[in-house]
Amino acid sequence: MKRSALDRLLLLAASLLAAYQVAVGINGLGALPVLAYTVAFGVLLVAELLLLILGLEVLDEPVVVIISTVIPLSLSTGLVWQHLPALRTPYLVFAVAGFLVVTLTRSLIPRRRLAVLALAVVHGVAGVIITFLPAGLVLAGRAASGYGLISVGGGLIGLGGLLLAFLKAGRPFLSRQVIFQLLPGLLLLMTAAFVAGFALA
Amino acid sequence: MILRLQPLRSISRQYGPLIKNLQTGLLTATGLAGFMSARCPVFNLPLLIGLTVSLLASISGSTILNMWWDRDIDALMSRTRQRPLATGMVPHRQALRVGLLLSTAGVALAAVLYPLYGLLIFAGLFFDVVVYSIWLKRRTCWSIVWGGIAGAMPVLAGRTLGLGSIDWIGIVLALGVLFWIPTHILTFSLRNDADYRAAGVPTFVSTYGPGTARLAIAVSSVLAALAMGLAGWGIGMNWGFLRLLGVLSSGLVLLAVVMIFRPSERISFGLFKYASLYMLYSMVLMIW
Repeated sequence: MKRSALDRLLLLAASLLAAYQVAVGINGLGALPVLAYTVAFGVLLVAELLLLILGLEVLDEPVVVIISTVIPLSLSTGLVWQHLPALRTPYLVFAVAGFLVVTLTRSLIPRRRLAVLALAVVHGVAGVIITFLPAGLVLAGRAASGYGLISVGGGLIGLGGLLLAFLKAGRPFLSRQVIFQLLPGLLLLMTAAFVAGFALA
Repeated sequence: MILRLQPLRSISRQYGPLIKNLQTGLLTATGLAGFMSARCPVFNLPLLIGLTVSLLASISGSTILNMWWDRDIDALMSRTRQRPLATGMVPHRQALRVGLLLSTAGVALAAVLYPLYGLLIFAGLFFDVVVYSIWLKRRTCWSIVWGGIAGAMPVLAGRTLGLGSIDWIGIVLALGVLFWIPTHILTFSLRNDADYRAAGVPTFVSTYGPGTARLAIAVSSVLAALAMGLAGWGIGMNWGFLRLLGVLSSGLVLLAVVMIFRPSERISFGLFKYASLYMLYSMVLMIW
């Protein structure tokens, strides 16, 4: 599928925002959140550059499922480490174990049912944290209202993930062409929401 | 007006492909980054203009001279047989004169700006045209090391012009470019193996096989990433930008490793393009 100039522009803008977030947007946080957010936005940056270079068809590569697990897991780990001190260690263990299980069931020891289950649990838990934790902190008065934009970003990443997951499963909500037309804009909006959310915290 | 513009358009159509705009632009960017990494944030505009013109002239000149020398093998490869010298659209004697003129002007301007800078620019040109193209390219696949040294000269020369002397950071920056060049060139020769074989040009792929070439790409990517990181640290890049450089470097290394274990045309092309972006972004970060 041919990429339009607008698609390239949107992906370039998204990658620049992710680069800004890695370089500037997470300064002043603790060591582990900085590491977690660097991994999250770093993977997002490299992924957006590869989509820019290779086109959205690269999403058909099996390794994308593993790589795309890193983003919600590391982002949610950073959020938990910052805001839920009691859950730091258990969540870190969950994140590392979750990533390993997804990687193993998708590559070295393929088990279809276990792979789907592991992916659903890992993405589900991480997605809930990214979508609801910042919004909850805002509602509880423990964070500025702008921080809620991270939840918006979480919602958008979830939407993109669902569209792609159902497409891969052969039961798409929208046609492949429409999904691929929407994705660059969705990626830009999601990255912008995350960057703005952290900036307005 | 239209009549006056037509010769310009014709010249640009003929010489544009001979200069390899993107490659010349990227090498010029490395020279400018080397210079600004030493002088930033103080800009000396006349010096900056002199640097840009001398880099553009010498790099364009050496590229034209390479094309002039390689016009016979360019005519044998499907990828290059439409080049102006291979098709005869540009007469080869005219290209030789333009190449020599640009190269001489570039080196002369560089020497006027600062003799040591001029010497490094001359060394780059000499390694590129004489050692790499004329002497070694058709004899050994290891010619790319010498081509790499030529490619590393602009960044070293730029920093030397900025500082007034050669320092360890300049050498590490040059090593970064030197190690990056196999990533760029070998992914290219993996894609165009048949072309190079048809023209009888030895490459790592044809000499040692694609597996060894991919391993060489991975090793050189790691070394390039390490050199860029060390140079960034030496320049005094702030922690955030070092983080970003680390992320971009990880992308380069990851793609190179993926290419070893899951080689494909798509990954090879992705790495080739990503490597160019990586170099451009790294240079931007060096001057930030």
